Amino acid sequence: MRSDQNLRSPILLKIAAAGGLLFLHLPILLIFVYAFTTEEKSYQWPPPGLTTRWLAVAWNRPDVWSALTLSVQVACIATAIALVLGTLCAAAVSQTKFFGREAISLLVILPIALPGIITGIALRSAFSLFDIPFSVWTIVLGHATFCVVVVYNNAVARFRRTSGSLIEASMDLGADGFQTFRHVILPNIGTALLAGGMLAFALSFDEVIVTTFTGGQQATLPIWMLEELIRPRQRPVTNVVAMVVVLVTFLPILAAYYLTRDGDQIAGSGK
Amino acid sequence: MTSAVLFRKVSRHFGPVRAVDGVDLDVGAGEFFAMLGPSGSGKTTCLRLIAGFEQPTAGHIEIFGERAEGVPPYRRNVNTVFQDYALFPHLNILDNVAYGLMVKGVGEVERMKAAEQALEMVKLPGYGRRRPGQLSGGQRQRVALARALVNKPKVLLLDEPLGALDLKLREQMQEELKSLQRALGITFVFVTHDQGEALSMADRVAVFNNGGIVQQGSPQDIYRRPKSRFVADFVGSSNLLPPDVMVSLGGERRWASLRPEAVRLASEGPEALVENVSFLGSATRLAVDLHRTRLHVMLPAGAEVPAVGAPVRLAWSAEDIHYMDDAA
Repeated sequence: MRSDQNLRSPILLKIAAAGGLLFLHLPILLIFVYAFTTEEKSYQWPPPGLTTRWLAVAWNRPDVWSALTLSVQVACIATAIALVLGTLCAAAVSQTKFFGREAISLLVILPIALPGIITGIALRSAFSLFDIPFSVWTIVLGHATFCVVVVYNNAVARFRRTSGSLIEASMDLGADGFQTFRHVILPNIGTALLAGGMLAFALSFDEVIVTTFTGGQQATLPIWMLEELIRPRQRPVTNVVAMVVVLVTFLPILAAYYLTRDGDQIAGSGK
Repeated sequence: MTSAVLFRKVSRHFGPVRAVDGVDLDVGAGEFFAMLGPSGSGKTTCLRLIAGFEQPTAGHIEIFGERAEGVPPYRRNVNTVFQDYALFPHLNILDNVAYGLMVKGVGEVERMKAAEQALEMVKLPGYGRRRPGQLSGGQRQRVALARALVNKPKVLLLDEPLGALDLKLREQMQEELKSLQRALGITFVFVTHDQGEALSMADRVAVFNNGGIVQQGSPQDIYRRPKSRFVADFVGSSNLLPPDVMVSLGGERRWASLRPEAVRLASEGPEALVENVSFLGSATRLAVDLHRTRLHVMLPAGAEVPAVGAPVRLAWSAEDIHYMDDAA
């Protein structure tokens, strides 16, 4: 049929698309390969030999564990803060009308639009101004600034698609504020929060710039990786860690993608 | 006898906007009460005041003798059928209907049984496992009705309940709502901008305009004896006769209304010119020019229909002329 022919794309476009995808993903495969190389001083292609001994080496290095623990800790706390504040903010902006609503909406989103280096410098000078010592908590604060945005964006989109009269209907049927939140609001925005939370976690987990400015002696996982690259010592260990991170984060991100995609059916209004 | 809903000098202002201004209202127990008016006339705000979604700026509200000011919606024995139905999209039909009982802590077996019964009452037995998205508009309307009625409210509020349905379904639902109300004996208060709906369903009608009630009474009363030009104009396709035309017809110098079906063609009487003829099936409607005022005349089926442009003479009984209060 004619419309089918119109939809068929030229071969060059297909090659270009395939090339683009390869360009994006081949380097990730390279990381996997180098995790098993026998050469530990430099990245040599093709690898002179393959070994699994770096897995054991990485497992036994305490600096890997402390960096990993710190990153998970920071990402968890920042995500938790973002979930609470982002949801509250989204609820306020989408459910009510008040003076300065648009301005607040913009100010909330701004941290993610601003270059991380600006956020970093701003926070660093603010911390030193108030004599706040660098700690896990200063890193958490830095990360929360952009994690809130991710959760907010997801939640506000869902709130807008959720009919406002659902909340009134729930109250009308005898549910108080808490019951309405538990039985109506949470089921309707739950998947959006899950997706937003996962993205926030992922953002926090590999953040470098803001962390550099707001962290003291602590090294999160990405900072540790950067240091490893500058001072090579058992180089494939970095690749082993990178590989594990890719594998561990890939599944939740995939899940979040599918959950938000289905959201249209879940959050449609009563009409 | 206590009123089901009582308003005394109730106002609800939103900043400078007086959505409801000094309204007095008395809805009798077991009554089917309609609040009729154009959009922005305050009827929906009045409904929300009864439901508890709005609190009055001033005045006093009672529901079955109990003070309602400051009482949140979830502590009122009043349920609402929303204009967009507001069914919970994440719950199936049975859980939607059982929601009110669930939050009140009624046991699972008992509330599911009550929900099934409510679905049977609105003629949707066996639909419980479906989702709201899988139902048609008319079916969702019935679910919304069942979800409200399962709580055995003292007053059922309906916000433009039939607005989203097509004409045939609307007429069917009008009859069903009416017989449901008669069978249950629950007070129904419903809001509509459709005068036909209000007149055909309600025991009593309150006509709203500009945040206040301009006339209250039985449908017949409001149709036959509109108090003002606004009511005559909004409620029916009544003919409005300006004061100077009334004088030239030998009447008082006041605005009057005259229903189209009260006018007949005769050999004597004031002369008018036929401007338009519309065949309506059960009747024929003429538009005639009388002293440069356009009047409608409803001819019964079978009557002789004059041609457009022909002169006719009009007649009516003196008691069909209804003078109105407002000078405007």
